[in-house]
Amino acid sequence: MTNNQYPKLETITDMLAFVLAVENEASERYAEMAEAMDAHNNTKVAKLFRDMSDIEELHAESVQRQAANLNLGELPVKEYQWTTPEGPETGDFADLHYLMTPREALLLARHNEEKAATYFAELAEQVTNPEVKSMATEMASEEREHVDLVDKWLLEFPEDESEWIEDTDPPVGQA
Amino acid sequence: MNQATACETALVASDYKSGLKPVWCPGCGDYSVLQALTKAMASLALKPEDVAVISGIGCSSRIPAYTSTYGFHGVHGRSLALSTGLKVARPDLTVICTGGDGDGFSIGGNHFMHACRRNVDITYIVMDNQVYGMTKGQASPTTDPFWDSALTPGGTGISPFHPLVIALASGANFLARAFSGDPKGTAAMIEEAITHPGFSFVQILSPCVTYRPDQKDWRNKVRTAPVEATADPARAARRLMTDDGFNTGVLFRGEREPFKLNQNNDSTETYDFTSRFEV
Repeated sequence: MTNNQYPKLETITDMLAFVLAVENEASERYAEMAEAMDAHNNTKVAKLFRDMSDIEELHAESVQRQAANLNLGELPVKEYQWTTPEGPETGDFADLHYLMTPREALLLARHNEEKAATYFAELAEQVTNPEVKSMATEMASEEREHVDLVDKWLLEFPEDESEWIEDTDPPVGQA
Repeated sequence: MNQATACETALVASDYKSGLKPVWCPGCGDYSVLQALTKAMASLALKPEDVAVISGIGCSSRIPAYTSTYGFHGVHGRSLALSTGLKVARPDLTVICTGGDGDGFSIGGNHFMHACRRNVDITYIVMDNQVYGMTKGQASPTTDPFWDSALTPGGTGISPFHPLVIALASGANFLARAFSGDPKGTAAMIEEAITHPGFSFVQILSPCVTYRPDQKDWRNKVRTAPVEATADPARAARRLMTDDGFNTGVLFRGEREPFKLNQNNDSTETYDFTSRFEV
């Protein structure tokens, strides 16, 4: 598996480009997850993933506004490749199931936000440029706020909801 | 690949995806393989119009439809024959052959051996989930002999096919194993496979969540192989003797010259197939 190292972000331009890529990839992934759930008629979970995609997109737009006078677009593609197996805030396709409930989807989103908060907090400790450090700390704080937001949404979906793993019409090939 | 095909303007992974949305089961490893493949093409700055993604039949063989490159969804087990023909006719294209373990090692098993032997400059990506998912979960050539299921009670009792062993013995020039749960590592291996001359084979462990939910545990079993790749086939073979199927990384970087059409004369012109089909 890919090693969990942190990127060398020496300037605020590097950091903004990195954050933009993080948010864009997270937004794209949630949109793809929504499409996957739509294809399997799980519309409730599809809507939640689409909402998450929109939130990440708003975050990306905010970063783009901060970087309005900087030339982020010309960094080579390789610069955006993660030092983690996927982007720090990107959901893992392997965690999906066609019968997953809204609660499961929110727990997955919470996991992603928490992963991102931890990632940026640790990144803040690694970088030396004070501006970059400050932005990484700010990002960690914002991701933590997202965790709290998801926690509030989770209150609407009680824990006793049936688990998606209990398939009442399992695929015929399974024993 | 053809080194002259790099894009002048930077493309990102999403530029290599088509507008068609995958219909794979949510949780399928093939989603991550699609991510890795598009990232590899973006990293190599390949022009989509200079790439052809070819496949056979099966869930994973849907992948050409989800890319913005040229593609061909062929008949069962014949993806390597199609890819070989295309590369020989159009050596300027980067040809990426894709499919699953049933398509590649059972129905297309003989093509697999001879594609390795011929060493045409193509990349073969097999998404191995050790089951026929599209046809409801029959045992495939790479299925464990004791996998108990409704369709194979008690298991098949047949030793599984070892793709890397067969590929090495048959003469493949590049061998790697990746895991779909590590899309970045998978992208790096696909990228290297595309640039390595000759026949490159990447076996990607890609779980089937529907018929093999037990494969969720692969993320705990997979590990990076603790040894560097070798160019010595004998050394690679010795490593495979102790392989349990969960080591990932590049195993073998061979140095054989890729197959070239008209190797024994000076002609560099490709055969004009188009003229043969003019009406």
